[in-house]
Formats: sequence, structure tokens, C-alpha cells
Amino acid sequence: MTLSEVTQIDGIAGDFKVTVKEAPRYVDVEKCIACGKCTEKCPKKVDSEYDAATGKRKAIYVKYAQAVPLKYQIDADACIRLQKPGACGFCEKVCDAGAINFNDTEKIHQLNVGAVVLAPGFEAFDPTDAGVWGFGVYPNVITSLQLERYLSASGPTEGHLIRPSDKRPVNKVAFLQCVGSRDENLCGNGYCSSVCCMYAIKEAVIAKDHVPGLQTTIFYMDMRTHGKEFDLYMERAKEDSGVRFVRCRVNGVEPDGSGGDLRLSYVNEEGRQLEEYYDMVVLSVGLQTPKHVLELAHTAGIKLTADNFAATSDFAPVQTSREGIFTCGAIAGPKDIPQSVVEGSAAAAAVADLLAPARFELTTEATFPQEKDVSREEPRIGVFVCHCGSNIAGTVDVKAVEEYAATLPDVVYVERNLFSCSQDTQEMITKRIREQNLNRIVIAACTPRTHEPLFRETLKAAGLNEYLVEMANIRNHNSWVHTKDPKAATAKAKDLVRMAAAKVTFGDSLKPFAVPITQKGLVIGGGVAGMTAALNLAEQGFAVHLVERTEVLGGNALNLKHTWAGEHVPSQLAKLIDKVTGNDKITIHKGASVTKVDGFVGNFSSTITDRNGATLVIDHGAGIVATGGDAYIPTEYNFDSITGVVTSVQFDKLFELKEQHVKKARRFVFIQCVGSREEGNMYCSKVCCTHSVQSAIALKKENPERNVYILYRDMRTYGQREALYKQARKLGVIFINYELHGKPKVTQNGSVIDVEVWDHVLHRPLKIEADMVILATAIRPQGDAAELGKLYKVPVDKQGFFQEAHAKLRPVDFSTDGMFVAGLAHYPKPVEESIAQALAASARAATLLSKSHISLDAVKATVDEDYCDGCALCVDVCPYNAITLIEKPAKAGGAGGKTIVVNKAQCKGCGLCQGTCPKRGVYVAGFTMKQISAQIQAALAV
Amino acid sequence: MLDTKKVGSVMIVGGGVTGMQAALDLADSGYYVYLVEKSGAIGGAMAQLDKTFPTNDCSM
Repeated sequence: MTLSEVTQIDGIAGDFKVTVKEAPRYVDVEKCIACGKCTEKCPKKVDSEYDAATGKRKAIYVKYAQAVPLKYQIDADACIRLQKPGACGFCEKVCDAGAINFNDTEKIHQLNVGAVVLAPGFEAFDPTDAGVWGFGVYPNVITSLQLERYLSASGPTEGHLIRPSDKRPVNKVAFLQCVGSRDENLCGNGYCSSVCCMYAIKEAVIAKDHVPGLQTTIFYMDMRTHGKEFDLYMERAKEDSGVRFVRCRVNGVEPDGSGGDLRLSYVNEEGRQLEEYYDMVVLSVGLQTPKHVLELAHTAGIKLTADNFAATSDFAPVQTSREGIFTCGAIAGPKDIPQSVVEGSAAAAAVADLLAPARFELTTEATFPQEKDVSREEPRIGVFVCHCGSNIAGTVDVKAVEEYAATLPDVVYVERNLFSCSQDTQEMITKRIREQNLNRIVIAACTPRTHEPLFRETLKAAGLNEYLVEMANIRNHNSWVHTKDPKAATAKAKDLVRMAAAKVTFGDSLKPFAVPITQKGLVIGGGVAGMTAALNLAEQGFAVHLVERTEVLGGNALNLKHTWAGEHVPSQLAKLIDKVTGNDKITIHKGASVTKVDGFVGNFSSTITDRNGATLVIDHGAGIVATGGDAYIPTEYNFDSITGVVTSVQFDKLFELKEQHVKKARRFVFIQCVGSREEGNMYCSKVCCTHSVQSAIALKKENPERNVYILYRDMRTYGQREALYKQARKLGVIFINYELHGKPKVTQNGSVIDVEVWDHVLHRPLKIEADMVILATAIRPQGDAAELGKLYKVPVDKQGFFQEAHAKLRPVDFSTDGMFVAGLAHYPKPVEESIAQALAASARAATLLSKSHISLDAVKATVDEDYCDGCALCVDVCPYNAITLIEKPAKAGGAGGKTIVVNKAQCKGCGLCQGTCPKRGVYVAGFTMKQISAQIQAALAV
Repeated sequence: MLDTKKVGSVMIVGGGVTGMQAALDLADSGYYVYLVEKSGAIGGAMAQLDKTFPTNDCSM
């Protein structure tokens, strides 16, 4: 439902009545074919929101070229006709589809739903009103979002970085951090936006790729690159790409002459006033909650934090203050894409927990018409040539390809589409298959990797076997790589279409392979993440086995006292343990580890072994790895020899117990990044800055006379944690920055501990006398993570943390289907992020476990009994152990001998067996020798 | 709570990457989803980005 807003939510969790107001589009989506004639004729231009006002759009427009749904809309405020009846109306005149409807009206929908998930996102801080650093006055001061558009191939300059003022190439760019973040004076946002440091580095690196020799400098207070592999990326940006980083306070951006150049003045770490000159200044704008989201929050009746984000508990990170209403993404605090995606899945898990009794009540299985048997028919091939907007048609002469395709053998129908993948084209292709009685289809468009599943569905909808389609990739393999040679690209497109048609001619109807799913989960690790995942799966109705290798549940959280927001960990942990132990769907195996794994997605068999060597085999359809992390035991700062030097975990215990030494001590020094962010361990442990700041606050609150120092590299109190940093400074905690090459020195000096650190302002070493030194030690991966990884064929990264399938879009999935990851096993993170990730892993596992069968691709190795002589060469090359050598069942009158069988559930259809077999005794369905040789002959037949 | 009616459908407000992920997971596990988006097309803020860290993959 697009152009729609929620205006009212009545009812209670499980049974809400929601009112949705749908604004008029003035374009009939059923009729619009997105041909674009209307926008060509529309005389009214306004700033494009999509391009962050760097470019223009018309009053009738699509949001962006790949928009879903790809339907035009009229901006009523800008449209001449809608503002003045009788005027203009060009779009209506040129629209062949008759889709324009100036009389369209607002519609009100009443919907009955069990739960509501709020995912309205954020807006980028707009520096115009505050006139930050001359934005809005000097044309070459732009926002980071605008730079993003300038760098984009779909942006206003098609990816060319030029100055807005004079369109000249850019040679020197400055990025100014924390615009609209960590600054209550100019913008009113005290919190840190969490994502700007990282995106500024990314933009600097990519801008340098676009413009050889470009100089980029990032001016910052603290680099907050606390996410997975972020520090590594920053190091690469420094060392390989040559991005310059300057820690300072910027105090002015002024024009330098009238040519558009900018003079930047700043105070460096030594307190010196400096000036530099730039062609372009980019403001790294922060994230904030837009006004319409504040209204939505009010409508939904949910509580907000002081920073205007949805208030949630650290132990229920996607639950709002109103039962049945959940949040995910930036509405509950600034966050990056992976964390937002995690929360999207986490919200799904929380909803599924609430609505489990009503699962499948309102959904229907997609039904398809009876499949037609085409095995006895002569091939009748239909070819659909896609423009992909201008992606293909901008380079390839698609009309020539269309005409050529019509001349190929057995091709009886050819057509061109603007976007073959659009919903309306899908319906049209279905119609054409029926009308023209087509029995083989070629889609000349993009890659089968992303789009083949879609076209298979299209064939199914037309009653044709889904494997009778072949894609010719005339985009990724052609128009994108030969943009400078349209003639050759057109010739190549013809070759690709000819090859695809030849192959599909010999295509067979294939049946996907269904295997039953064991609807049980296995969770490895009984910490907060593991228990949360197990409990959620159980409450969704699935039986779960929870395996914990120690004798107690709780994991690393047993060492924690408070979350960053001040919630009491031990009491919440006790509640969670009670719920897990009291749930009859959860079987807990303490003192046990996984020692052997067989099977595959939907059908795993994991063997667990307890301390006495007793084994148990657990069958499960999906598995969640939540094995946690380990604490780094420091060897530096004389931790071994000085009793007053302790780790933060040790300190928490001493402080809690009001131990005499701590109680009497007056001088405390915290040292950050112990074991983190250095050679060999180039990652941030994410939680330590906030933890030390919290401890410092507690010490100061207990006795304001105490001297508390925090020696840090970058203070990473990200998001709304920034309030703690501010509070600590207000209470008089002294923060001293140190660099990696100038680590503090800690020595015992009689009854005191001397801490020596380089003072940047005074340019000399500073000696602090301390009673106690607290080391903020790193979180390490489990030492044996890789061993467990091998059992499930899931990888660990360079540091030894488990590696997810995709850093951004599949943050809890493993590349091995059916396996998921959560908590510290994935990367260091605070409690609420572990819980969100555990819920997400549970939601992802539930998408599998809620089905009774899983459908596997029909592209599998198939044995040809007539040719296979059981030589077994294929058995050795199969990387998936899917082939077994067996005794041939002796047929009546025939001899026995050996042959092979293929476990279709394990086979991935890679074709190594087919390539290896000297006798043509095994082939991959959908890639038979006949198909491939026809394709090769077609390739050579020019 | 035991006796109250539970409706097997969910409304998701916001069609960005977060809302879409929630919608997909819920639809894939047996719930009917209404995805409500304020603008004319789904995609959200990520569709405006050029490339994403760490692989510099195209955002689209």
C-alpha cells in the first residue's frame, strides 16, 4: 500500500483495527505501463527528493528507475492541472494507456491486524535552517546524502563528481563530521548518529575511485567505526586509499575569493589554529526522527526517549511501550543497515511469538494451473527482449535484437519490454504464452542469479513447466561492460539470444524435489543470545534443543550488572533462565557439545557428547550458533604483577562488593582498547567505551572528590549512549586521548601506580598517580569456533568470529542454508543487540521450520543407467559427498556390476561429475549434453 | 490473554530495508502482511545510496 499513512490504531494486541489513509496517485496503477511519455511531456520541474535536491524531477514522476511498484504518480502540489483545473493536462493527452485520472481521491482503509510493526525510518538532518558551515549559502557546501547522489550512476551527474557552483572537476574534498549529531547548540541533537563516520569513510574511498588523484580529508572528533570489519576498512582507507583523518574542532567555513573555493579553519589537537582550502565541503549529516514519525508515534500511543526515538527495553529491543506494537530500524535509535535488517527480522520474531496461534489462518498457498505436457509438441519459442529502462536499451539496439530473434529456428513470437521483470509485464508474458501457445521461453534481460526464479513463476502461472525458460544475460554480461561499443554489444546480444534459444529447444520439463523438514530447532550456546533464540522458537510452537557446554545457563551476561541504559542484568537474566527452563518445548543439554554433524537444510542430525562421553543424536531442521565470546586476559600494563591493575570485569565485582581497596581509593585510571584495535586484532570490542564511562560515573557519584581518568583512542559512546559521555564530563571525569604509537605506561611506584601518557596539549608526558588502573579488555572469539564451523560447513572470519552470509542484507544467515548466527559469536556487541540478533535468527529459522517440506531445485545430477559403468571417478570429484557407488541391482537376464546413486538433497547441481565422467553416464538435469552442445554450436554458427 | 482473539495478519509501517525484511520473514512464516509505505514506492533510504561498505556493492 503506497502513498499510505496510518491515522488511527484501535484495539488491543492480537486484534487491532487500523485506519490507513491512502493519498490519490492520480495515475491508475492497473493501467500505467511506466512508458515514461507523461514525464517527457510534463512541463513542471521541481527538486527531486530522491536526488536530495541535487537534481530535478517532473510533477508526474516515478521515485526512481527501479521503483516498486514501477508506476507514475502526480505530485499534486507541483502539478499545474491539479492546481488550476483546465490548465496543462499534457500527460493525460500523451498517455496511450489512459492511466491518468485527475479526479482520483483519497481513500480510507480499515484493516484488522494482530500486530503492528513500526519501521518508518529516519530523515537526514537538514542543515539549511541552522545554516551550518554555510550550507544553503555557499553552493559547494553539500550534504553527504547529496554526495551520495553525485557519486551514483543514477544520480544527476551520472557519477561524475563536479562542483555544483561551476561544474568543474573536484580535486580536494573535506568531510565535516557530526553535523546534526553530538551538538545540542546548533541542531538540538545531543546523540551520536552512529553511522556517519563509516559512511564518510566509504564516500571518501569511493570518491577517490571516481576521481584519480582526489584528496580527501575527514575532520572529526572521534572516529566511531565500532561495527564488524569497520576498523579494518578505516585502516585500508588510510593506508591503501590515502584518506586523511584530522582530529580537531572545525570553527569556520568561509568562501575563498569568488570562484567557489572554500577556506576551512580549525583548531588541531595541539590547540593551534590552522587553515586549509577545499573545492568542496561535505557535511556528514546525522539521522533524526522526522515530524511525521513523531505524529505516527503519537497515533500509535508509544513512548519516546528524550532524543525522540521509540523507547524500548534492552531486554525487549523491538517491543514498544504498547503491547502488540513493535519497532525496528532507526525509529528506535540511529543505526546502520545490518542492525536495521537484524531488527526487521527480530520484529518478525516478536510478532510471531504473539500471534503463533493464528499462524496460517489468513494466508493461502499460491496455486498454479495444471501443467501442460509439451514433450510431444514441436518447440514454439517465445523471445522477450528487455530494455531494462536504459540499462540495456541505452547501449544495445534492442529493436535489431528483436528482429534478429524472429529469424531464429523455432522462434514463433518476439516482443520487447521496458522492464521484463515488472508485475504487468509478467502478466503480459503469461497471456502471450497462452495466446501464442508457446512452449519454450527465452528472456533476454539480466542475470538468472537474481531473476530466474521470477520468470519460472511466470511460466508456472501460464501452465508451462518452470524449467522451460532460458535467460540470455544481455545486461550484466553485455550492455554494462560494452557501453562504449554499442555495435559490438548489439552483435553480442544477438549471439547470446541465439545460444539461449538453441539451448531451450532441447529443454525438458523438470520437477523440483521436495524433502520433508524436521520442524525442530537446535540452539548451540546457553547465553543470553542462545536462550532468547530458543525461547522465541519455543513460543512460536517449535520444539527446541538447547546445548550448553558448561553446567550453567547465562554465559557472559553472568558477569554483567547493568545495561548501558541502566537496566539490571542479573534480575532480567534470572527471569530469562526461568522461562527457558520452565518451557516444556525446550530440552536443555548442559555440559554437552556438538561433536558430529550430518545432513543438510531441513534435515540435520547433530551428535552431542557430554562430559562422560555419552552421545545423543538430535534431528533438527535448522540450527542457531550462539556460542558467545571470550574475555581477553591482558599481558600488557603489568597486569600480572601489579595488584591494583584489574580488568573491567574484575573491577565490576570489586565495586559491587564494596571491596575496601576500591572503597578507599581516590584515583582511578581507565585504559581503553586493551587488546582491541591493534595489529592482529584490528577490531573494536564495541562495549568497552560505554562500560568504562558508566563505571566512571558510578565512582564519581559515590564520591565526587575522586579523580577519575579515562585514557582513550576514540570515545565510542555511539547512539544515545552519548548522553553518558556527556554526563561523565559534567561530573568531572577527565578524558585523555592517546594514540596507538603512544600507549600509556603503567608502573608500580611504592604504594601508588604511575600512569604515564603523552599530553597532546602540553606536548609532554603526563604522569598520573593512581590507586587503581582498570583495563577495558577486548572481547575475543571462542578459541574453538572454527572447529564447530567445520562441522556445519560455516566459515569464521580473520579474527575468528563467525562469518554471516552477507554483511548488510543477510546479517544472521550463514551461507550454509538452515544455519544462523547470533550474539558475541558473530561479533562483540551489547546485550540489546545480542537479543535483537537472537530474535532475528529465530525468525529466520522459523521461516524454514514453519513449513513441512522444502522444495529443492530440480537442477541435480542424474544417472544414465545405460552409460554408467560404475568407474566411480565422479565420486571423488563431488565436493558435496552427494554420490555413492553401489552394486547394480541385477536385472532379469542382465549382469550386475556397479553404478552410482545421487543424494539429490546434497547435490548442488555444480556439474563436476558431468565434466569428469568419461562415459556420459551422469548429467545435470537442465544442462544435458544435448543442450550444451546445441548452445556451443549456436555460439560458433555465425 | 488466553481467550482473546488473535488475528493472523500484521501491518508493517514503512517500506524501507527494515520494514521489507520484517514483511518477508512474516510472510514466509505464515502471516498475512500489509506493508504500508508513505511515499509512492518502497525502498526507503537505502535506495538512495550509491554503494555500501564493505564490499562497495551497489545498494540497489
